[in-house]
Amino acid sequence: MEFGFKKEHDLLKQMLTEFTEKEVYPFAAEIDDQERFPVETLEKMVAAGIMGIPIPTEYGGEGGDYMGYILAVEEISKACATTGVVLSAHTSLCCAPIYEYGTEEQKQKYLVPLAKGEKLGAFALTEPNAGTDASRQETVALPDGDDFIINGSKIFITNAGYADVYIIMAMTDKAAGTRGITAFIVDADSKGFTVGPKEKKMGIRGSSTCELIFDNVRVPKENILGKLGYGFKIAMKTLDGGRIGIAAQAIGIAEGALNETIKYVKERKQFGRPISAFQNTQFELANMATKIDAGRMLLYRAAYKKDLKEPISSDAAMAKLYCSEVAMEVTSKAVQLHGGYGYSREYPIERMMRDAKITEIYEGTSEVQKMVISASLLK
Amino acid sequence: MKNNKNVLVYVEQRHGAIENVSIELLGIGKTLADKLNGDLYACIIGNDIENQSNEIGYFGAKKVYVVDNPILENYINESYTKSLTKVINVTKPEVVLVGATALGRDLAPRVSSRLHTGLTADCTSLDIDLETNNLLMTRPAFGGNLMATIVCPDHRPQMSTVRPGVMIKPTRDTSKTFEVIKVDASLTKADMNVEILETVKEAKKLIKIEDATVLISAGRGIGSKEKMEDIYKLADILTGEVSGSRAVVDMGWIDKDRQVGQTGKTVRPDLYLACGISGAIQHVSGMEDSNLVISINRNPQAAIFEVSDVGIVGDVNKIIPELIKELQK
Amino acid sequence: MKIIVCVKQVPDTSEVRIDQKTGTMIREGVKSIINPDDLSGLEAALRIKDKNNAEVIALSMGPKQADNALRECLAMGVDRAILLSDRAFAGADTWVTSLVLSKAVELLSPDLVICGRQAIDGDTAQVGPQIAEHLNLPSVAYVSDIKLESNESLVVKRMFEDGYQSIRVKTPCLLTVLKEINEARYMRVSRIYNAYKADLVELWDNSTLGFDPLVLGLKGSPTKVKKSYTKGVKTAGKVFDVPPKEAARIIADKLKENYIL
Repeated sequence: MEFGFKKEHDLLKQMLTEFTEKEVYPFAAEIDDQERFPVETLEKMVAAGIMGIPIPTEYGGEGGDYMGYILAVEEISKACATTGVVLSAHTSLCCAPIYEYGTEEQKQKYLVPLAKGEKLGAFALTEPNAGTDASRQETVALPDGDDFIINGSKIFITNAGYADVYIIMAMTDKAAGTRGITAFIVDADSKGFTVGPKEKKMGIRGSSTCELIFDNVRVPKENILGKLGYGFKIAMKTLDGGRIGIAAQAIGIAEGALNETIKYVKERKQFGRPISAFQNTQFELANMATKIDAGRMLLYRAAYKKDLKEPISSDAAMAKLYCSEVAMEVTSKAVQLHGGYGYSREYPIERMMRDAKITEIYEGTSEVQKMVISASLLK
Repeated sequence: MKNNKNVLVYVEQRHGAIENVSIELLGIGKTLADKLNGDLYACIIGNDIENQSNEIGYFGAKKVYVVDNPILENYINESYTKSLTKVINVTKPEVVLVGATALGRDLAPRVSSRLHTGLTADCTSLDIDLETNNLLMTRPAFGGNLMATIVCPDHRPQMSTVRPGVMIKPTRDTSKTFEVIKVDASLTKADMNVEILETVKEAKKLIKIEDATVLISAGRGIGSKEKMEDIYKLADILTGEVSGSRAVVDMGWIDKDRQVGQTGKTVRPDLYLACGISGAIQHVSGMEDSNLVISINRNPQAAIFEVSDVGIVGDVNKIIPELIKELQK
Repeated sequence: MKIIVCVKQVPDTSEVRIDQKTGTMIREGVKSIINPDDLSGLEAALRIKDKNNAEVIALSMGPKQADNALRECLAMGVDRAILLSDRAFAGADTWVTSLVLSKAVELLSPDLVICGRQAIDGDTAQVGPQIAEHLNLPSVAYVSDIKLESNESLVVKRMFEDGYQSIRVKTPCLLTVLKEINEARYMRVSRIYNAYKADLVELWDNSTLGFDPLVLGLKGSPTKVKKSYTKGVKTAGKVFDVPPKEAARIIADKLKENYIL
């Protein structure tokens, strides 16, 4: 399977590798250490067109494909998972659903500046009492003339505070269950909309993760994304795409950790020779590389199918489930091979291990992925 | 062009001062001329430069060709190309040597093109093939990974630019006899085909340590911030930059942007002189690709010696002042 | 304004290593890149274009594989990309290279030609001034700043070891630029997706340029490589435990030996 790779993808990857080396890698430790949102890097990503890869040029994007976007998340996450997730949330959770479900007016108003990178996007589904069981939405949107009034709160929202455009899931008809959920496009400067303090996290510490609070936020009905009551479906489809992004982030982290480890074991000498000369090291590296490659195959297959517009729920879930587990395992082994230095913040390895963990949790935990995969087996 | 097996050295002057490399070229030029059974000639181009022609003679040129003209006050490649080409046409040398400076590396290509002959850049070694009388021009390529010996068998003169600092200066001897010959290169205002608006001399700016060709790097072993003065002095003498290990950055002896290693910069200069650096892995990973590594450390078991071309066991604070003295000789 | 930027595809010499067993250069797996000084030349031209609506043409002489470098130029934003490729060009020294490039420049009749100061594989810095000579164009080398006064006149900063000159030069002219002149932009994603459209890189061979093959390639080159060799395997260093004075002398000798002094 060649996943439809073309020369363009090679050239894109070359640009992304250079970009990551010069603009992402040198700042990754600082961004983590200071829990700082990578504002400067984002400006440079905008200039290179990285914020709108899979969106057609008529909507302000770059006219590329999902595979290209996946390569971008993967390359950037090799150096900095924080920057990787900012890109991922913006593209697959905000640009993509507006492109797929938005009206022409919504696309012109919201997608064009998002894909150009003039604006940043976010997506809000999770609530204090609606995590894995996302159907239990407590945020409500009630009609009021030509508008809807939103009340409630969302938690753990990536890009919160920095995003200009949010896609919000809210209950418009409690009695209808998941069919009573509607997606809204909400401007960051809407009256009554506030962003809570930044979560203090274990990893991806530069990314902004906050609570969103809606206090009588008035949204015109033109801002309904898709149709009334289609929100849950849109959210699930959007997460299918998002999960490929997270799988790319996970594989990127794992590759970054492997690269650091290869460099280190060649340099580090113990018992009079480089530790790369020991079979234990060699076998561990072989295992790491094999798992990363297997994960990458699942990842690229899912991205390829997405570009072919084939159903991807199960493929995306498999990719995310496996790649995130690989990320956790590989980074943990990488720390071990680094020994004491691996535990030290002087080396990037401990950060990568902390960053890896989130990939098993957000946009559906590993358990959710297993539910999705098994559902497709047992239907 | 009939050749007389002579060697012509272009003597570069700007603002009236002769470049060191040009004197060095008079040394190698004489050696080559002797091997060719010819004479060493020199050429100097500028405005009001007559008094420098004697100096050139003292360093061994038998004939000094002078193109002196107000038009040549500032270097402009057209007027200088015309002048040097004229001298070459008059003297018909076998070999022409030019210093590989910011001026010479601009002038020599134009002259060689005008004469339709070969030019070899940045040579570090020159010799004569005694069988063919061809000039053997050896130069580094591929970022110094490869040395190549170039010949120019069928075109004359054989032209080469030579790296400064490579050849040995001849001794100055005021008893030498020589001839000074003025050359009229028929220059006109039209040869000033660009307009010099301003000439500014400025001290060397701070450069990034990644770009430096010489790095004097300090480690904890130098003992105190005060001792950094010697490091800076040494860097100045070697026209290099100062860098350091994480330890000296943490102690505030130098700025963070000069740190070499895992959490600092990766460097690969021509010379990395490690002063009092133990060589922990996180430091070595940032400098091990340097071309020449010389290290000074008190501990004979220091890991830095494993990646050094030359290791000196001893007190860095005693050795550096001695080295400064030695270099200032 | 029409600007030509001369571009060379080179091996990334910072990746070249010496085989510690055989002492030979390992070129396998070393990636090909656009010469860094040329990249700065491209950026300089594109910045003029951003402000003044110029047409920027990337021009390269090289084997067919150099196509990739030109696609990169297209992705950065040049309007045209031309590859001069012919077996007759192979083995050219700087004299022949500059001759071939200058013919293409002549056919395109630009207002401005920008070359990188030098290429990292050869480090000669000769091709730029030599192109200018073949075409009898005014040229300024070692340029670290370009200001456009009008379509007919530029003011550039020409660097020397100990300072600089500010120079006004009339078009048409040729400049060779230093890497320090700017930080080159990244390829733009949308342009990357378009870069491989067919016929986007124009291929010119000797039938377009019309040279007698005898003046080209190795045959036409005044200089020839007699031999090449690596400096050999880096041997384990020596450690000296001697009094400071002697240590200083050892270091000074080593510096002389390596031309650092």
